Amino acid sequence: MTPRRAALHTVWRRPAGRAGLIALALLALLALIGPLVLPDPTAQGDLLNGALLPPGPGHLLGTDQLSRDVLSRIVTGLRLSLIIGLASACLAVALGAAVGLIAGSRAGMVDTVLMRIVDALLAIPRLFVLLLVLAVWDRVPIPALVLLLALTGWYGTSRLVRAETVRLRGEDFVRAAEALGAGRLRIALHHLLPNVAAPILVAGTLGVGDVILLEAGLTYLGLGIRPPTPSLGGMVLDSRSVFVTAPWTSIFPGLVIVLTVLSVNLVGDALRDALDPRSA
Amino acid sequence: MTPLLEVRDLRVSFPAAGGRTIHPVDGVSFSLERGRTLALVGESGCGKSLTGLALLRLVPPPGRVDDSSVIRLEGKDLMSFDEAAMRAVRGGRIGMVFQDPMTSLNPVLTAGDQIAEAVRAHRPVTRQEARARAAALLGEVGIADPARRLDEYPHQLSGGMRQRVMIAIALAAEPEIIIADEPTTALDVTVQAQILELLDRLRLERGMAVLLITHDLGVVAGRADDMCVMYAGQIVERASTRQVFEAPAHPYTHGLFGSVPTIAGPRERLTPISGSVPPPAAWPTGCRFAPRCPERFARCDSMPSLRRAGPGHDARCWLTGDEA
Amino acid sequence: MTAPAGASPLLEVRELVKHYRARAILGRSAPPVRAVDGVSLTLGRGETLGLVGESGCGKTTVGRTIIRLQEPTSGQALLDGTDIFTLGADALRAFRRRVQMIFQDPYGSLNPRMTVGDAIAEGMDIHRIGTRPQRRGRVATLLEEVGLDASYAARYPHEFSGGQRQRIGIARALAVEPEVIICDEPVSSLDVSVQAQVLNLLSDLQRARQLAYLFIAHDLAVVRQVADRIAVMYLGRIVETGTAERVLGSPRHPYTVALRSAVPEASMEPATARIVLSGDPPSPAAPPSGCAFHTRCFHPARNERCRTERPELRPLGGVQVACHHAESTP
Repeated sequence: MTPRRAALHTVWRRPAGRAGLIALALLALLALIGPLVLPDPTAQGDLLNGALLPPGPGHLLGTDQLSRDVLSRIVTGLRLSLIIGLASACLAVALGAAVGLIAGSRAGMVDTVLMRIVDALLAIPRLFVLLLVLAVWDRVPIPALVLLLALTGWYGTSRLVRAETVRLRGEDFVRAAEALGAGRLRIALHHLLPNVAAPILVAGTLGVGDVILLEAGLTYLGLGIRPPTPSLGGMVLDSRSVFVTAPWTSIFPGLVIVLTVLSVNLVGDALRDALDPRSA
Repeated sequence: MTPLLEVRDLRVSFPAAGGRTIHPVDGVSFSLERGRTLALVGESGCGKSLTGLALLRLVPPPGRVDDSSVIRLEGKDLMSFDEAAMRAVRGGRIGMVFQDPMTSLNPVLTAGDQIAEAVRAHRPVTRQEARARAAALLGEVGIADPARRLDEYPHQLSGGMRQRVMIAIALAAEPEIIIADEPTTALDVTVQAQILELLDRLRLERGMAVLLITHDLGVVAGRADDMCVMYAGQIVERASTRQVFEAPAHPYTHGLFGSVPTIAGPRERLTPISGSVPPPAAWPTGCRFAPRCPERFARCDSMPSLRRAGPGHDARCWLTGDEA
Repeated sequence: MTAPAGASPLLEVRELVKHYRARAILGRSAPPVRAVDGVSLTLGRGETLGLVGESGCGKTTVGRTIIRLQEPTSGQALLDGTDIFTLGADALRAFRRRVQMIFQDPYGSLNPRMTVGDAIAEGMDIHRIGTRPQRRGRVATLLEEVGLDASYAARYPHEFSGGQRQRIGIARALAVEPEVIICDEPVSSLDVSVQAQVLNLLSDLQRARQLAYLFIAHDLAVVRQVADRIAVMYLGRIVETGTAERVLGSPRHPYTVALRSAVPEASMEPATARIVLSGDPPSPAAPPSGCAFHTRCFHPARNERCRTERPELRPLGGVQVACHHAESTP
C-alpha cells in the first residue's frame, strides 16, 4: 500500500474521521446533483401565497420571504461555499507551501527575509484586512473573493512547511541526493515536497473549513457574496427579520454551515492523527 | 540455596494484527547469583531488553507478562506483588541502567536533584542527607569534584558522565541487582571501557549481581561469568562465558562469532549468518533459527527444548546431546 | 604520506581545515569549533583507507567536505590532480559521478516517499545515463548485485530491514559507477550478523569494480576487516597513519594504543593489559594546547613539551605518527 492510501485508510478506521468523510461525501453529492433536480433557487413564486411557507411536501424546507425554495437555495449556496472553500484553501496552501519550501530549502538571507515578512503579515488580523478591502471594494466578484481569502490565509502553512523542510534538509537522504549531483529544484520537488505533503494536506483540509466559515461571516455582514446569488451566510442575513415567525429560513442554512465545517474539520483532524508518525 | 533472582518460563504477550497474540519473550529461564554477572546476549528484536523490563514488570502496554511466568527474588514471587510492592522493588532492590543516558535523565533537573530524589524515594532521609548521599554516590561512580557536579544539568555533562550519573541513581537505594541494558552502546570506546570497569568494580565492592544486556560479544568476554544467548524470544544457549566462547554449541552462536570482526589474529573473511531476524509474527513453529541455519535437517521442523551440551552448558538445538 | 607504490593517488587531501563559527551567545563571541584542523591523506585506486576516531574527532566532517556536502575552510582535495574544492557547478555535477557516499543511518538515508527503484535510478536520471528502460534494467542488475531481489524496485523503503536498506543505499551509490565511495559508518547501526554481510558485500564490490573506499568508522575491529591503510584521528587531526598491520600491530601513538586496547574483543584469550583512558575527549571548541591528547595521555615520558608544542606527523618505523615520544611508546 502506498503511504497516501495508507493514510486514507487510517482516516477511515477512526470513527470521527469516518463520520466526517461520510458527511462530507453526502454534502458534496447534494451540492453536485441537487441543482439538477431541485427548482430554480432564484425563481420567485407567488409572493402573496407562496412566501414563508413552512417545510412541507412542495417545499421540503419551506420558502423564504420572496417565496423561493429554501432547499434549492441551500444547495446552491452550499455548492458555492464548497467551491470557494476548496479553491481558496488550495490556492492558499500552494502559496504557503511554495514560500515555506523556498525559505526552508535556502538557508540564510532568503529564509530570514521571507520569514520576517510572514511574521509581519501574521501580526495583521485576517478579518481586519478582509473587512477593510471589502468595505472599499463594493460588489466584489467571486473569483476576487477567492483570491482575497487565499492571499490572507497562507502564512500559517508557510511556517509549517518551512519548519518541516528545515528538519528534512538535515536528513541523510537529502544529502545523498545532493551527493548524486541533484540540483536545488530536484531536491525541492522530489525529496522535500513529497515529504511535506502530509502536513500540507492537513493544513489545506482544515483551511477549507476556515474559509467557509469566514465567507459565511463576511456575507452575513453584507460584505461577501451579494444577492441575488444564493449563499448560506446571505440566507441567514436575509431572514433575520422573519427569524421568529419563519425560523426554517435561517436555521437550515445555519445548520448546513455548521455541518460542513464540522465534517471538514473532523476529516482534517483524523488526517493529522493518521499522518503523525508517532501515532502509527 | 535459593538463587538471588530466579526466572522460570518468562513469557511476554502482545496483541498483534488480526486478533493474534505474539510472544516477543517466550519461555525464558535463568537464575542470577549474588556477586556474579550474567549476560543476556542477542541481536535487536531477540527479546533481551524486554526480558529486562519484564523482570521489573515494566512491559509497555498493551504488552503483559503472562501469569504463568515465575520471577522469584530471594524466593519471593514478584508476580504476586501488587503495584506498591513492585515500586519498592524497582530502584530499591533492583536498579536499572539504560542505554541512552541523555533521554533517561530529566533535562530540567540537576544531576544532584535526580540522585537525591532516587535516594529519598527509598530511604526516609532529609533533603540535606539525601544531597550528601548524592555527592557520595557521584564520588563512588568516579566523578571528580562531585560537589560541583551535583548542581549541573544533564546537558552540561559528557556522555560518559551522564551514564555515571545514571549508575549513581541506580545505586541510590543500594540494590542487590543491577540490570544494565546496553549501558555502553551510546558511548565512545574509550569511555565504554571506563563504564564497564566501573560496573565491575561496584559489583565486587558491593557484592551486587549484574544482569548485563548487550548485543556485543566483546563486552561479554572477560566481564560476565555466565551468559545466555537469545534468539527470537528464546534462550538458545546458556553456559558459563568461557564455555560458550571456547565451544559454542548452537549454530546461531557459531554464526555470531563468525560475524564479529576481530582486532587480533589473522584477518579472515567474515562468515555471516544468512538472512535476517524475522519479526515475531513470522517466527517458524519449529526451531526458530532453522530458516537461517546451515545445519538444518528434517527434525528442525519441530521445536527443540534446551538440551545438554556439557556440564552446565545447554543449547536449544537437535544436534546437541540429550534432553537437558 | 606515501601512496601505494607506483601509482599516483586517485584522491589526495592536503591540509584540510574545517572550522565552524560558533554562534555568539549574549554578545560574547565563542571560539570556532575546530572540527578538522589540518588533515592530509591519500587514497589509491581500489584501495581502502580506514579513518578511525571517536565521536567529535572530525572524521565525518572530513568525508562530507571531500564530497562537497560541506565547504572547507581551507585546504585542497585533488581527484586525479583536479582540485575538488574549486569546481564550478557543472564540473561539480560531473565530479559527483566519480565520488559517492554511503551513509550510517539506513532509516534516514532513503527518501520514505520514493520507491527503491526510483531512488537507485535517481543518479542515472540526474546524469542522463541511459534511456528509461535501460535504467530500469540497470536498477534490476544493481539490486541483484547487492544481494536483493530485482522485484524490490517497486517497493518503498519502510518495507525493508536495516541491512536491506543499507544494501539499497549501496546500490544507489553504485548506479553512477563511481571510483571512490566515502563510507560513513556504513555498518555501525546494523546487527552483528547483518554487519558481517554488508562488510563482505563491500569487499566483493571493491574487488569486482576496483573501488576506492574512504571507510569512516569508530570501530577499530570493523576497520581492520576492510582497510589496507588506517588513519587515526583525535580532535580534528591525524595522530597516526600507516598500513593497517603496522598501525594495529604495533601502534606508536599512545591514543592508538588506548583505542586498540579499548576494543572489546570477542575472545577469552587474555587481552594485553587493558589501558583505560581517564576522562572524555575534550571539546573541539577548546582543544588543549600543544599535543591535544596530553590531557588524557598515559605515556610515561610525557612532559612539559607535550603541553606547549604541537607534535607534527613524522615517519617512524613505517608509519607516520604525531607524538614527541613515539620512540618509547610502551
